[in-house]
Amino acid sequence: MALLSVRGLTKRFDGLVANSEIDLDVPEGSLFAVIGPNGAGKTTFFNMLSGFLAPTSGTIALDGKDITRVSQDKIAAMGLIRTFQLVQMFQGMSAAENVEVGFHLRTRGGVASALMRPPWLKRQEEDIRAKARELLAFVGLGRQADMNAELLPYGQQRLLEVARAMAAEPRLLLLDEPAAGLNAHETDALAEVIQHINQRGITVLLIEHDVGLVTRIAHRIAVLDFGCKIAEGTPEEIKKHPDVIAAYLGTETASA
Amino acid sequence: MTLRAIISTRLGRYGFFPVAGAIFIALLFAFVFIKGGYLLTVMQLAMIYGVFCVGLNFFMGYTGQASFGQNAFAALGGYGTAILCVQYGWEPIAALIASMAIAGVASVVVGYPTLRLRGHYLAMATFALGLITYDISVQWQSVTQGYMGYSGIPPLGIGPFTVEDERAKLVCLMVILFIGVWISGRLRNSRFGRALRAISTSELGAAALGIRISRYKLAAFVIAALYASAAGSLFAHVVGFISPEVFGLQMVVVTFTMLYVGGVGTVLGPAIGAIIASLLPEIVRSTGRFQDIAYALALILMLIYVPKGLSGLANVGKKPASGEG
Repeated sequence: MALLSVRGLTKRFDGLVANSEIDLDVPEGSLFAVIGPNGAGKTTFFNMLSGFLAPTSGTIALDGKDITRVSQDKIAAMGLIRTFQLVQMFQGMSAAENVEVGFHLRTRGGVASALMRPPWLKRQEEDIRAKARELLAFVGLGRQADMNAELLPYGQQRLLEVARAMAAEPRLLLLDEPAAGLNAHETDALAEVIQHINQRGITVLLIEHDVGLVTRIAHRIAVLDFGCKIAEGTPEEIKKHPDVIAAYLGTETASA
Repeated sequence: MTLRAIISTRLGRYGFFPVAGAIFIALLFAFVFIKGGYLLTVMQLAMIYGVFCVGLNFFMGYTGQASFGQNAFAALGGYGTAILCVQYGWEPIAALIASMAIAGVASVVVGYPTLRLRGHYLAMATFALGLITYDISVQWQSVTQGYMGYSGIPPLGIGPFTVEDERAKLVCLMVILFIGVWISGRLRNSRFGRALRAISTSELGAAALGIRISRYKLAAFVIAALYASAAGSLFAHVVGFISPEVFGLQMVVVTFTMLYVGGVGTVLGPAIGAIIASLLPEIVRSTGRFQDIAYALALILMLIYVPKGLSGLANVGKKPASGEG
Protein backbone atom coordinates (compact mmCIF):
# COMPACT_ATOMS: atom_id res chain seq x y z
CA MET A 1 0.00 0.00 0.00
CA ALA A 2 1.14 3.51 -0.71
CA LEU A 3 2.42 5.50 2.27
CA LEU A 4 1.36 8.75 0.63
CA SER A 5 -1.52 8.86 -1.74
CA VAL A 6 -2.71 11.97 -3.53
CA ARG A 7 -5.92 12.20 -5.54
CA GLY A 8 -7.03 15.00 -7.83
CA LEU A 9 -4.98 17.61 -6.02
CA THR A 10 -5.66 21.06 -7.42
CA LYS A 11 -4.57 24.54 -6.39
CA ARG A 12 -5.78 27.75 -7.99
CA PHE A 13 -4.39 31.19 -7.14
CA ASP A 14 -7.04 33.60 -8.54
CA GLY A 15 -7.27 32.19 -12.05
CA LEU A 16 -3.78 30.75 -12.16
CA VAL A 17 -3.86 26.98 -11.90
CA ALA A 18 -0.68 26.03 -10.05
CA ASN A 19 -1.56 22.34 -9.65
CA SER A 20 -4.21 20.54 -11.64
CA GLU A 21 -5.74 17.17 -10.77
CA ILE A 22 -2.52 15.55 -9.60
CA ASP A 23 -2.66 11.85 -8.65
CA LEU A 24 0.35 10.31 -6.99
CA ASP A 25 1.14 7.19 -4.97
CA VAL A 26 4.40 6.99 -3.07
CA PRO A 27 5.05 3.38 -1.98
CA GLU A 28 6.41 2.80 1.52
CA GLY A 29 10.20 2.50 1.53
CA SER A 30 10.70 4.07 -1.88
CA LEU A 31 12.89 6.92 -2.99
CA PHE A 32 10.52 8.94 -5.10
CA ALA A 33 11.24 12.13 -7.04
CA VAL A 34 9.07 14.84 -8.51
CA ILE A 35 10.79 16.78 -11.26
CA GLY A 36 9.72 19.54 -13.59
CA PRO A 37 10.91 22.81 -15.08
CA ASN A 38 10.83 26.03 -13.07
CA GLY A 39 7.29 27.15 -12.39
CA ALA A 40 5.85 23.67 -12.97
CA GLY A 41 4.16 23.79 -9.56
CA LYS A 42 6.51 21.50 -7.63
CA THR A 43 6.82 23.66 -4.54
CA THR A 44 3.08 24.36 -4.49
CA PHE A 45 2.55 20.62 -4.54
CA PHE A 46 4.95 20.15 -1.63
CA ASN A 47 3.42 22.96 0.38
CA MET A 48 0.03 21.30 0.11
CA LEU A 49 1.38 17.89 1.13
CA SER A 50 3.02 19.32 4.24
CA GLY A 51 0.03 21.45 5.26
CA PHE A 52 1.59 24.84 4.54
CA LEU A 53 -0.97 25.56 1.84
CA ALA A 54 -4.62 24.50 1.63
CA PRO A 55 -5.58 22.81 -1.64
CA THR A 56 -8.50 24.08 -3.71
CA SER A 57 -9.70 20.51 -4.19
CA GLY A 58 -8.47 16.94 -3.99
CA THR A 59 -7.31 14.73 -1.15
CA ILE A 60 -4.02 13.74 0.47
CA ALA A 61 -3.72 10.64 2.63
CA LEU A 62 -0.74 9.58 4.74
CA ASP A 63 -0.81 5.89 5.56
CA GLY A 64 -4.53 5.79 4.83
CA LYS A 65 -5.37 8.78 7.07
CA ASP A 66 -6.69 11.93 5.46
CA ILE A 67 -4.37 14.90 6.02
CA THR A 68 -5.84 17.25 3.43
CA ARG A 69 -6.70 20.11 5.79
CA VAL A 70 -4.67 19.13 8.80
CA SER A 71 -2.30 21.74 10.32
CA GLN A 72 1.46 21.62 9.69
CA ASP A 73 2.44 20.59 13.18
CA LYS A 74 -0.08 17.72 13.25
CA ILE A 75 1.11 16.48 9.87
CA ALA A 76 4.66 16.60 11.20
CA ALA A 77 3.55 14.67 14.28
CA MET A 78 2.10 12.00 11.96
CA GLY A 79 5.57 11.47 10.53
CA LEU A 80 5.70 13.68 7.45
CA ILE A 81 8.71 15.98 7.84
CA ARG A 82 9.89 18.44 5.21
CA THR A 83 12.83 20.66 4.41
CA PHE A 84 12.74 23.91 2.45
CA GLN A 85 14.17 25.16 -0.81
CA LEU A 86 15.42 28.24 1.03
CA VAL A 87 17.30 26.83 4.02
CA GLN A 88 15.52 27.61 7.29
CA MET A 89 18.36 27.77 9.79
CA PHE A 90 17.68 28.53 13.43
CA GLN A 91 20.12 31.37 13.87
CA GLY A 92 22.06 32.03 17.03
CA MET A 93 22.22 28.29 17.66
CA SER A 94 25.01 25.81 17.10
CA ALA A 95 24.61 23.05 14.51
CA ALA A 96 24.02 20.57 17.35
CA GLU A 97 21.30 22.75 18.88
CA ASN A 98 19.57 23.01 15.51
CA VAL A 99 19.35 19.23 15.45
CA GLU A 100 18.22 19.17 19.08
CA VAL A 101 15.23 21.30 18.07
CA GLY A 102 14.44 18.56 15.56
CA PHE A 103 13.75 16.17 18.45
CA HIS A 104 10.80 18.30 19.54
CA LEU A 105 8.18 15.76 18.50
CA ARG A 106 10.09 12.82 19.90
CA THR A 107 10.64 14.31 23.35
CA ARG A 108 8.39 15.67 26.06
CA GLY A 109 8.58 18.34 28.70
CA GLY A 110 7.30 21.88 29.18
CA VAL A 111 7.85 24.74 31.57
CA ALA A 112 7.37 22.80 34.80
CA SER A 113 9.77 19.98 33.97
CA ALA A 114 12.34 22.44 32.60
CA LEU A 115 12.35 24.15 36.01
CA MET A 116 12.41 20.99 38.12
CA ARG A 117 14.73 18.99 35.85
CA PRO A 118 13.63 15.55 37.07
CA PRO A 119 15.92 12.58 36.34
CA TRP A 120 13.96 11.48 33.26
CA LEU A 121 14.45 14.92 31.73
CA LYS A 122 18.20 14.84 32.33
CA ARG A 123 18.36 11.43 30.65
CA GLN A 124 16.30 12.74 27.76
CA GLU A 125 18.58 15.76 27.33
CA GLU A 126 21.71 13.60 27.40
CA ASP A 127 20.06 11.24 24.98
CA ILE A 128 19.19 13.88 22.37
CA ARG A 129 22.58 15.54 22.77
CA ALA A 130 24.25 12.24 21.87
CA LYS A 131 21.78 11.47 19.09
CA ALA A 132 22.19 14.96 17.61
CA ARG A 133 25.92 14.34 17.29
CA GLU A 134 25.29 10.96 15.69
CA LEU A 135 22.99 12.54 13.13
CA LEU A 136 25.51 15.26 12.37
CA ALA A 137 28.16 12.60 11.84
CA PHE A 138 25.67 10.71 9.66
CA VAL A 139 25.35 13.66 7.24
CA GLY A 140 29.10 14.36 7.45
CA LEU A 141 29.00 17.35 9.79
CA GLY A 142 30.52 15.64 12.83
CA ARG A 143 33.23 18.26 13.18
CA GLN A 144 30.84 21.21 12.78
CA ALA A 145 28.61 20.28 15.75
CA ASP A 146 29.59 23.23 17.93
CA MET A 147 29.86 25.77 15.16
CA ASN A 148 27.34 28.54 14.76
CA ALA A 149 24.82 27.15 12.26
CA GLU A 150 24.33 30.40 10.35
CA LEU A 151 28.08 30.66 9.69
CA LEU A 152 28.29 27.26 7.97
CA PRO A 153 28.71 27.23 4.19
CA TYR A 154 25.47 26.88 2.24
CA GLY A 155 26.02 23.23 1.30
CA GLN A 156 26.59 22.30 4.93
CA GLN A 157 23.49 24.20 6.00
CA ARG A 158 21.47 22.04 3.63
CA LEU A 159 22.94 18.88 5.13
CA LEU A 160 22.25 20.29 8.59
CA GLU A 161 18.62 20.82 7.67
CA VAL A 162 18.42 17.19 6.57
CA ALA A 163 19.98 16.03 9.86
CA ARG A 164 17.47 18.19 11.74
CA ALA A 165 14.58 16.66 9.83
CA MET A 166 15.94 13.18 10.58
CA ALA A 167 15.85 13.99 14.29
CA ALA A 168 12.05 14.13 14.02
CA GLU A 169 12.14 10.45 12.99
CA PRO A 170 10.09 10.89 9.82
CA ARG A 171 8.23 8.08 8.12
CA LEU A 172 8.11 10.21 5.01
CA LEU A 173 10.81 12.78 4.39
CA LEU A 174 10.04 15.55 1.91
CA LEU A 175 13.11 17.28 0.51
CA ASP A 176 12.43 20.48 -1.43
CA GLU A 177 15.19 20.96 -4.03
CA PRO A 178 17.96 19.82 -1.68
CA ALA A 179 20.65 20.19 -4.34
CA ALA A 180 19.75 23.78 -5.31
CA GLY A 181 22.85 25.95 -5.13
CA LEU A 182 25.23 23.06 -4.43
CA ASN A 183 28.37 22.34 -6.45
CA ALA A 184 28.98 18.93 -8.01
CA HIS A 185 31.01 17.67 -5.07
CA GLU A 186 28.38 18.76 -2.54
CA THR A 187 25.61 17.25 -4.67
CA ASP A 188 27.39 13.88 -4.63
CA ALA A 189 27.71 14.01 -0.86
CA LEU A 190 24.03 14.88 -0.59
CA ALA A 191 23.00 12.07 -2.94
CA GLU A 192 24.86 9.61 -0.76
CA VAL A 193 23.15 10.93 2.39
CA ILE A 194 19.71 10.67 0.77
CA GLN A 195 20.40 7.07 -0.26
CA HIS A 196 21.56 6.19 3.25
CA ILE A 197 18.40 7.71 4.69
CA ASN A 198 16.31 5.61 2.35
CA GLN A 199 18.30 2.51 3.28
CA ARG A 200 17.31 3.14 6.90
CA GLY A 201 13.75 2.44 5.81
CA ILE A 202 12.57 6.03 5.54
CA THR A 203 10.44 6.83 2.54
CA VAL A 204 11.87 9.85 0.71
CA LEU A 205 10.01 12.15 -1.65
CA LEU A 206 12.18 14.78 -3.23
CA ILE A 207 11.55 17.64 -5.55
CA GLU A 208 14.47 18.29 -7.76
CA HIS A 209 15.62 20.46 -10.58
CA ASP A 210 18.84 18.50 -11.05
CA VAL A 211 17.77 15.70 -13.41
CA GLY A 212 21.18 14.01 -13.23
CA LEU A 213 20.86 13.55 -9.48
CA VAL A 214 17.30 12.28 -9.68
CA THR A 215 17.81 9.71 -12.44
CA ARG A 216 20.80 8.42 -10.53
CA ILE A 217 19.19 7.82 -7.14
CA ALA A 218 15.37 7.76 -7.47
CA HIS A 219 13.43 4.52 -7.78
CA ARG A 220 10.53 6.25 -9.39
CA ILE A 221 9.95 9.68 -10.88
CA ALA A 222 6.89 11.81 -11.56
CA VAL A 223 7.14 14.76 -13.94
CA LEU A 224 5.15 17.97 -13.53
CA ASP A 225 4.72 20.55 -16.26
CA PHE A 226 2.39 23.57 -16.11
CA GLY A 227 0.85 22.15 -12.93
CA CYS A 228 -0.09 18.77 -14.45
CA LYS A 229 1.54 15.41 -14.01
CA ILE A 230 2.64 14.50 -17.54
CA ALA A 231 4.52 11.29 -16.81
CA GLU A 232 5.48 8.81 -14.13
CA GLY A 233 7.80 5.81 -14.17
CA THR A 234 11.25 4.45 -13.49
CA PRO A 235 14.25 6.65 -14.32
CA GLU A 236 14.78 4.62 -17.52
CA GLU A 237 11.17 5.10 -18.63
CA ILE A 238 11.26 8.80 -17.83
CA LYS A 239 14.44 9.38 -19.80
CA LYS A 240 12.77 7.86 -22.88
CA HIS A 241 9.31 9.39 -22.41
CA PRO A 242 8.58 11.62 -25.42
CA ASP A 243 6.47 14.15 -23.49
CA VAL A 244 9.15 14.54 -20.86
CA ILE A 245 11.86 15.05 -23.44
CA ALA A 246 9.72 17.65 -25.16
CA ALA A 247 8.74 19.48 -21.99
CA TYR A 248 11.89 19.31 -20.03
CA LEU A 249 14.76 16.97 -20.72
CA GLY A 250 15.08 17.97 -24.35
CA THR A 251 16.31 21.45 -23.65
CA GLU A 252 18.30 20.33 -20.63
CA THR A 253 20.18 17.50 -22.38
CA ALA A 254 20.86 19.63 -25.43
CA SER A 255 22.70 22.15 -23.30
CA ALA A 256 24.43 19.55 -21.16
CA MET B 1 36.19 14.24 36.89
CA THR B 2 37.70 15.54 40.11
CA LEU B 3 36.45 18.71 41.71
CA ARG B 4 39.71 20.47 40.88
CA ALA B 5 39.40 19.52 37.22
CA ILE B 6 35.83 20.80 37.14
CA ILE B 7 36.87 24.11 38.70
CA SER B 8 39.80 24.60 36.37
CA THR B 9 37.81 23.81 33.20
CA ARG B 10 35.01 26.06 34.39
CA LEU B 11 37.44 28.90 35.02
CA GLY B 12 39.02 28.25 31.66
CA ARG B 13 35.65 28.75 30.04
CA TYR B 14 35.25 32.19 31.55
CA GLY B 15 37.21 34.93 29.87
CA PHE B 16 38.39 38.31 31.03
CA PHE B 17 35.14 40.20 30.49
CA PRO B 18 32.80 37.94 32.50
CA VAL B 19 35.17 37.88 35.47
CA ALA B 20 35.74 41.65 35.26
CA GLY B 21 32.00 42.19 34.86
CA ALA B 22 31.16 40.05 37.88
CA ILE B 23 33.74 41.87 40.00
CA PHE B 24 32.41 45.23 38.81
CA ILE B 25 28.82 44.33 39.70
CA ALA B 26 29.90 42.97 43.11
CA LEU B 27 31.88 46.15 43.87
CA LEU B 28 28.98 48.23 42.69
CA PHE B 29 26.59 46.56 45.10
CA ALA B 30 29.14 46.82 47.92
CA PHE B 31 29.49 50.56 47.21
CA VAL B 32 25.74 51.06 47.14
CA PHE B 33 25.29 49.19 50.42
CA ILE B 34 28.00 51.22 52.17
CA LYS B 35 27.01 54.60 50.74
CA GLY B 36 23.26 54.06 51.13
CA GLY B 37 20.86 56.90 50.54
CA TYR B 38 19.53 57.74 47.11
CA LEU B 39 21.64 55.10 45.31
CA LEU B 40 19.75 52.41 47.23
CA THR B 41 16.51 53.59 45.64
CA VAL B 42 18.13 53.64 42.19
CA MET B 43 19.29 50.07 42.59
CA GLN B 44 15.93 48.95 43.98
CA LEU B 45 14.24 50.29 40.88
CA ALA B 46 16.93 48.67 38.73
CA MET B 47 16.08 45.30 40.27
CA ILE B 48 12.35 45.85 39.65
CA TYR B 49 12.95 46.89 36.04
CA GLY B 50 15.27 43.89 35.81
CA VAL B 51 12.40 41.55 36.67
CA PHE B 52 10.27 43.22 34.02
CA CYS B 53 13.04 42.95 31.38
CA VAL B 54 13.83 39.32 32.13
CA GLY B 55 10.17 38.59 31.40
CA LEU B 56 10.04 40.77 28.29
CA ASN B 57 13.12 38.91 27.06
CA PHE B 58 11.10 35.69 26.84
CA PHE B 59 8.84 37.27 24.26
CA MET B 60 11.19 39.67 22.49
CA GLY B 61 14.51 37.90 22.96
CA TYR B 62 13.96 34.17 22.91
CA THR B 63 10.86 34.18 20.72
CA GLY B 64 11.78 37.24 18.64
CA GLN B 65 8.36 38.94 18.77
CA ALA B 66 7.77 42.64 19.27
CA SER B 67 5.73 43.90 22.20
CA PHE B 68 5.44 47.57 23.05
CA GLY B 69 2.65 46.92 25.51
CA GLN B 70 4.01 44.83 28.38
CA ASN B 71 3.64 47.91 30.60
CA ALA B 72 -0.09 47.07 30.54
CA PHE B 73 0.60 43.97 32.63
CA ALA B 74 2.88 45.87 34.96
CA ALA B 75 -0.01 48.29 35.51
CA LEU B 76 -2.29 45.34 36.19
CA GLY B 77 0.15 44.05 38.79
CA GLY B 78 0.67 47.46 40.36
CA TYR B 79 -2.99 48.35 40.58
CA GLY B 80 -4.00 44.83 41.54
CA THR B 81 -1.63 44.92 44.48
CA ALA B 82 -2.57 48.47 45.46
CA ILE B 83 -6.29 47.85 45.39
CA LEU B 84 -6.15 44.49 47.16
CA CYS B 85 -3.86 45.78 49.90
CA VAL B 86 -5.23 49.28 50.44
CA GLN B 87 -8.93 48.70 49.86
CA TYR B 88 -9.28 45.13 51.06
CA GLY B 89 -6.37 44.78 53.47
CA TRP B 90 -4.78 41.76 51.78
CA GLU B 91 -1.37 40.42 52.64
CA PRO B 92 1.23 41.83 50.21
CA ILE B 93 2.41 38.38 49.08
CA ALA B 94 -1.14 37.20 48.49
CA ALA B 95 -1.93 40.38 46.56
CA LEU B 96 1.21 39.97 44.44
CA ILE B 97 0.36 36.39 43.53
CA ALA B 98 -3.32 37.17 42.91
CA SER B 99 -2.32 40.06 40.62
CA MET B 100 0.00 37.77 38.71
CA ALA B 101 -2.84 35.30 38.24
CA ILE B 102 -5.09 38.08 36.92
CA ALA B 103 -2.35 39.31 34.58
CA GLY B 104 -1.79 35.75 33.38
CA VAL B 105 -5.45 35.30 32.50
CA ALA B 106 -5.58 38.75 30.90
CA SER B 107 -2.53 37.98 28.77
CA VAL B 108 -4.14 34.80 27.47
CA VAL B 109 -7.34 36.67 26.60
CA VAL B 110 -5.43 39.51 24.91
CA GLY B 111 -2.69 37.38 23.41
CA TYR B 112 -4.87 34.75 21.79
CA PRO B 113 -6.27 37.06 19.10
CA THR B 114 -3.38 39.55 19.00
CA LEU B 115 -0.57 37.08 18.44
CA ARG B 116 -1.96 36.15 15.04
CA LEU B 117 -0.36 39.40 13.93
CA ARG B 118 3.30 39.58 13.02
CA GLY B 119 6.12 42.09 12.89
CA HIS B 120 5.04 45.71 12.76
CA TYR B 121 1.36 44.84 13.08
CA LEU B 122 2.01 42.99 16.32
CA ALA B 123 4.11 45.92 17.54
CA MET B 124 1.25 48.35 16.81
CA ALA B 125 -1.38 46.13 18.45
CA THR B 126 0.65 45.70 21.62
CA PHE B 127 1.45 49.41 21.64
CA ALA B 128 -2.28 50.08 21.58
CA LEU B 129 -2.72 47.68 24.48
CA GLY B 130 -0.33 49.77 26.58
CA LEU B 131 -2.08 53.02 25.63
CA ILE B 132 -5.52 51.63 26.40
CA THR B 133 -4.37 50.41 29.80
CA TYR B 134 -2.92 53.82 30.54
CA ASP B 135 -6.20 55.51 29.60
CA ILE B 136 -8.17 53.11 31.75
CA SER B 137 -5.93 53.78 34.72
CA VAL B 138 -6.50 57.52 34.27
CA GLN B 139 -10.22 57.47 33.51
CA TRP B 140 -11.68 54.70 35.67
CA GLN B 141 -11.41 56.82 38.78
CA SER B 142 -13.73 54.80 41.02
CA VAL B 143 -11.24 51.92 40.86
CA THR B 144 -7.88 53.50 40.07
CA GLN B 145 -8.30 56.94 41.68
CA GLY B 146 -7.17 58.52 38.38
CA TYR B 147 -4.06 60.70 38.35
CA MET B 148 -3.92 60.64 42.12
CA GLY B 149 -3.11 56.97 42.13
CA TYR B 150 -2.68 54.95 45.31
CA SER B 151 -0.42 55.70 48.22
CA GLY B 152 0.14 53.97 51.52
CA ILE B 153 0.68 50.58 49.90
CA PRO B 154 2.23 48.34 52.58
CA PRO B 155 5.81 47.06 52.15
CA LEU B 156 6.58 43.47 51.24
CA GLY B 157 6.37 40.97 54.02
CA ILE B 158 4.84 37.84 55.41
CA GLY B 159 2.58 38.20 58.44
CA PRO B 160 4.30 40.30 61.12
CA PHE B 161 7.62 40.32 59.23
CA THR B 162 7.84 43.29 56.90
CA VAL B 163 10.76 44.55 54.85
CA GLU B 164 11.02 48.25 55.63
CA ASP B 165 14.75 48.90 55.83
CA GLU B 166 16.02 50.21 52.49
CA ARG B 167 19.02 47.86 52.45
CA ALA B 168 16.83 44.89 53.33
CA LYS B 169 14.46 45.86 50.51
CA LEU B 170 17.34 45.83 48.05
CA VAL B 171 18.52 42.42 49.26
CA CYS B 172 14.99 41.11 48.93
CA LEU B 173 14.70 42.46 45.35
CA MET B 174 18.12 41.06 44.46
CA VAL B 175 16.96 37.61 45.53
CA ILE B 176 13.75 37.94 43.52
CA LEU B 177 15.64 39.10 40.41
CA PHE B 178 18.10 36.25 40.87
CA ILE B 179 15.24 33.75 40.95
CA GLY B 180 13.76 35.40 37.86
CA VAL B 181 17.05 35.08 35.98
CA TRP B 182 17.51 31.51 37.18
CA ILE B 183 14.08 30.54 35.82
CA SER B 184 14.91 32.28 32.55
CA GLY B 185 18.16 30.35 32.22
CA ARG B 186 16.56 27.00 32.97
CA LEU B 187 13.75 27.57 30.49
CA ARG B 188 16.06 28.86 27.77
CA ASN B 189 18.09 25.67 27.75
CA SER B 190 15.22 23.27 27.58
CA ARG B 191 12.90 21.75 25.00
CA PHE B 192 10.56 24.68 25.66
CA GLY B 193 13.29 27.31 25.26
CA ARG B 194 14.69 25.70 22.12
CA ALA B 195 11.23 25.81 20.55
CA LEU B 196 10.93 29.53 21.36
CA ARG B 197 14.36 30.29 19.93
CA ALA B 198 13.64 28.26 16.81
CA ILE B 199 10.49 30.35 16.25
CA SER B 200 12.48 33.57 16.58
CA THR B 201 14.43 33.05 13.35
CA SER B 202 12.33 30.61 11.33
CA GLU B 203 8.66 30.00 11.95
CA LEU B 204 8.54 27.84 8.82
CA GLY B 205 11.39 25.63 9.98
CA ALA B 206 9.89 25.32 13.46
CA ALA B 207 6.41 24.45 12.17
CA ALA B 208 7.87 21.80 9.86
CA LEU B 209 9.37 20.09 12.91
CA GLY B 210 6.00 19.94 14.63
CA ILE B 211 6.35 22.96 16.91
CA ARG B 212 2.96 24.59 17.52
CA ILE B 213 3.91 28.17 16.78
CA SER B 214 0.86 29.96 18.15
CA ARG B 215 0.89 27.99 21.39
CA TYR B 216 4.55 28.71 22.09
CA LYS B 217 4.22 32.40 21.22
CA LEU B 218 1.30 32.64 23.61
CA ALA B 219 3.27 30.86 26.34
CA ALA B 220 6.14 33.35 25.95
CA PHE B 221 3.67 36.25 26.02
CA VAL B 222 2.05 34.94 29.20
CA ILE B 223 5.40 34.41 30.92
CA ALA B 224 6.38 37.99 30.00
CA ALA B 225 3.08 39.21 31.44
CA LEU B 226 3.62 37.29 34.69
CA TYR B 227 7.05 38.86 35.15
CA ALA B 228 5.67 42.30 34.24
CA SER B 229 2.86 41.93 36.76
CA ALA B 230 5.31 40.86 39.47
CA ALA B 231 7.47 43.89 38.65
CA GLY B 232 4.43 46.18 38.89
CA SER B 233 3.47 44.73 42.29
CA LEU B 234 7.05 44.98 43.56
CA PHE B 235 7.14 48.63 42.54
CA ALA B 236 3.95 49.28 44.47
CA HIS B 237 5.24 47.58 47.63
CA VAL B 238 8.74 49.02 47.52
CA VAL B 239 7.86 52.62 46.63
CA GLY B 240 4.49 52.57 48.41
CA PHE B 241 2.88 54.71 45.74
CA ILE B 242 1.64 54.19 42.18
CA SER B 243 0.01 56.38 39.55
CA PRO B 244 -0.75 55.94 35.85
CA GLU B 245 2.54 57.64 34.94
CA VAL B 246 4.57 54.88 36.58
CA PHE B 247 3.36 52.41 33.95
CA GLY B 248 3.20 54.84 31.03
CA LEU B 249 5.12 55.16 27.81
CA GLN B 250 8.28 56.05 29.72
CA MET B 251 8.36 52.49 31.03
CA VAL B 252 8.28 51.08 27.49
CA VAL B 253 11.19 53.25 26.38
CA VAL B 254 13.28 52.59 29.48
CA THR B 255 12.81 48.82 29.40
CA PHE B 256 13.63 48.63 25.69
CA THR B 257 16.84 50.50 26.34
CA MET B 258 17.70 48.10 29.14
CA LEU B 259 16.95 45.04 27.04
CA TYR B 260 19.15 46.14 24.14
CA VAL B 261 21.98 47.58 26.23
CA GLY B 262 22.20 44.35 28.22
CA GLY B 263 21.70 41.95 25.34
CA VAL B 264 18.34 40.80 24.02
CA GLY B 265 17.92 37.02 23.91
CA THR B 266 20.60 36.30 26.50
CA VAL B 267 20.00 35.02 30.01
CA LEU B 268 21.90 37.67 31.96
CA GLY B 269 21.52 40.56 29.51
CA PRO B 270 18.18 41.94 30.72
CA ALA B 271 19.36 42.10 34.35
CA ILE B 272 22.72 43.64 33.41
CA GLY B 273 20.97 46.12 31.14
CA ALA B 274 18.58 47.12 33.88
CA ILE B 275 21.45 47.84 36.28
CA ILE B 276 23.60 49.74 33.77
CA ALA B 277 20.78 51.74 32.21
CA SER B 278 19.53 52.71 35.68
CA LEU B 279 22.94 53.89 36.81
CA LEU B 280 23.81 55.73 33.63
CA PRO B 281 21.60 58.78 34.36
CA GLU B 282 23.22 59.02 37.80
CA ILE B 283 26.69 58.91 36.29
CA VAL B 284 25.99 61.52 33.63
CA ARG B 285 24.17 63.76 36.13
CA SER B 286 27.50 65.45 36.89
CA THR B 287 27.46 66.96 33.39
CA GLY B 288 24.62 69.19 34.55
CA ARG B 289 22.40 70.51 31.77
CA PHE B 290 24.16 68.28 29.24
CA GLN B 291 23.00 65.15 31.02
CA ASP B 292 20.41 64.15 28.43
CA ILE B 293 22.98 64.52 25.66
CA ALA B 294 25.57 62.59 27.63
CA TYR B 295 23.03 59.84 28.33
CA ALA B 296 22.07 59.53 24.67
CA LEU B 297 25.71 59.59 23.61
CA ALA B 298 26.59 56.80 26.01
CA LEU B 299 23.71 54.70 24.70
CA ILE B 300 24.69 55.26 21.07
CA LEU B 301 28.30 54.36 21.77
CA MET B 302 27.22 51.17 23.51
CA LEU B 303 24.91 50.15 20.69
CA ILE B 304 27.64 50.79 18.11
CA TYR B 305 30.50 49.06 19.90
CA VAL B 306 28.58 46.35 21.75
CA PRO B 307 25.62 45.78 19.41
CA LYS B 308 24.77 42.42 20.97
CA GLY B 309 24.57 43.98 24.40
CA LEU B 310 26.94 44.08 27.32
CA SER B 311 26.39 40.41 28.10
CA GLY B 312 27.71 39.71 24.59
CA LEU B 313 31.14 40.72 25.86
CA ALA B 314 31.21 37.37 27.64
CA ASN B 315 31.56 35.65 24.28
CA VAL B 316 34.47 37.72 23.00
CA GLY B 317 37.21 35.30 21.98
CA LYS B 318 35.12 32.30 22.94
CA LYS B 319 33.66 29.50 20.84
CA PRO B 320 29.91 29.75 20.30
CA ALA B 321 28.07 28.19 23.18
CA SER B 322 26.70 24.69 22.82
CA GLY B 323 23.57 23.45 24.56
CA GLU B 324 24.85 24.38 27.98
CA GLY B 325 25.24 27.81 29.40
